[in-house]
Amino acid sequence: MSTLNMDLSNYRDLLKQYIRTQDETALYQAEQFSKLSMQQNISPEEIINVHIQALQELYPELPEGIKSSMNFLLEAMISYGLAYQEFQSLREQQLALKSEISVAASMQQTLLTTVKPEVEGLDIGAISIPANQMNGDYHHFVQNDDNKLGIAIADVIGKGIPAALAMSMIKYSMDSIPENRMDPSNILESLNRVVERNVDPSMFITMFYGLYDPSNEKFYYSSAGHEPGFYYNAAEDKFEEIEARGVVLGVTRDTEYRQYERKVNAGDMIIMLTDGVTECRQGDRFIEPEEVLDVIKSYMHLPAQKLVEQVYKHFERLQDFHLRDDFTLIILRKEV
Amino acid sequence: MDFQSCVNINKEWDIVGARQIGRDFARKIGFGTVDQARIATAISELARNIYLYAGTGKICFETIEEIDRKGLVILAVDDGPGIAEISKVMEDGYSTSGGLGAGLPGVKRLMDEFDIISEQEKGTEIKAVKWVR
Ligand SMILES: Nc1ncnc2c1ncn2[C@@H]1O[C@H](COP(=O)(O)OP(=O)(O)OP(=O)(O)O)[C@@H](O)[C@H]1O
Ligand SMILES: [Mg+2]
Repeated sequence: MSTLNMDLSNYRDLLKQYIRTQDETALYQAEQFSKLSMQQNISPEEIINVHIQALQELYPELPEGIKSSMNFLLEAMISYGLAYQEFQSLREQQLALKSEISVAASMQQTLLTTVKPEVEGLDIGAISIPANQMNGDYHHFVQNDDNKLGIAIADVIGKGIPAALAMSMIKYSMDSIPENRMDPSNILESLNRVVERNVDPSMFITMFYGLYDPSNEKFYYSSAGHEPGFYYNAAEDKFEEIEARGVVLGVTRDTEYRQYERKVNAGDMIIMLTDGVTECRQGDRFIEPEEVLDVIKSYMHLPAQKLVEQVYKHFERLQDFHLRDDFTLIILRKEV
Repeated sequence: MDFQSCVNINKEWDIVGARQIGRDFARKIGFGTVDQARIATAISELARNIYLYAGTGKICFETIEEIDRKGLVILAVDDGPGIAEISKVMEDGYSTSGGLGAGLPGVKRLMDEFDIISEQEKGTEIKAVKWVR
């Protein structure tokens, strides 16, 4: 209040100057006054009050009607003042929430960190970028004692914090599955039970689990309703969709998942992804699946990690650097 | 507390009566125009809540004088349904008009002191104080 009184004479002088000269300088200073008032949390009705006082000092003979009209205006501004104060406090709350979320996001990062393993004869590339602060996609590499490589890729339908919480649960459940039960179908079946028991029915989790066995060069896989990946057949220079049927996790308790297998030949690639890749949008248009493959093809000469990074960069740019969905892409290439 | 003046709230127009009496009190105590307008707005919010949620009740006014300051007490009393989750109601953005700053959090901002006692099925008593600066 005292700062405002201090400004009253200032305001009166400005007003006087403006009435006399209609000068832009005075208006510019009024703008400064307005900004300063907001910084000091001075509400509009107080400014109107200052105006009334200044007016009365400048025109002691001010008609009664004008005076009343100014009081009327003051009354009419009260709610704006309140809304402004509420806005201030909501903004503070929002800042607090934001920093809380970023702490949670970095915790999630730490929790879900997965190390891209070195497997002889395999070139591996993996990238996972969240659309918002928290990632609703999940991928994880598991390397067993017998040198087999497990790859999990999952997507929670839904974004943000609930999705991220569900993912942390998946990760811990996976860690607790015994090593001798690491077949893709087994893994999906036990995760399905965990999700069915613990996750709200309105939340769906899709997952693809693949297991590469270097001893026989075979790839075993099962899918729980996950976005189909692609297989690149080097001998024929052709991409094909990896077909795998299975319902999303958590629908019914005793779901069984079929396990598929295929022989991986030199130069072949296994491409696993989430719908953040296939459902990229350019303006209002969803891209065609072929476009993803075309882009992969154009960078195929690169090492797998460079390849996935270039594909990401391509689609990031295509979407004006604003991801709408979490983006995860994993590529395994059998070296020649 | 022995209140100097009360206004019964039964119909919407009683809100205007409560504002009028509250403003007269405020002027006599020595509140400036801005604070008078704020007090009137607080009274509106309290009285409208009584009218809307309790049906009937009253708004009472009292001057308080301490050695070094003077103020106005507003008391809103009803025996309506009561407020179940007071802390929820006091959150910004909770009121039906959400995000417009009005409602009970607004009353708290407009006044210097604010207190609610409410019991479900029994009623609500809201006390708000403003000091002359
Ligand atoms: N006297 C009362 N008796 C019972 N319930 C009340 C009373 N006053 C408020 N409430 C409850 O508290 C809620 C919040 O009141 P508040 O005045 O903050 O907002 P509102 O009345 O919903 O919306 P607004 O006042 O912004 O138009 C009300 O919706 C009502 O449920
Ligand atoms: Mg209300």
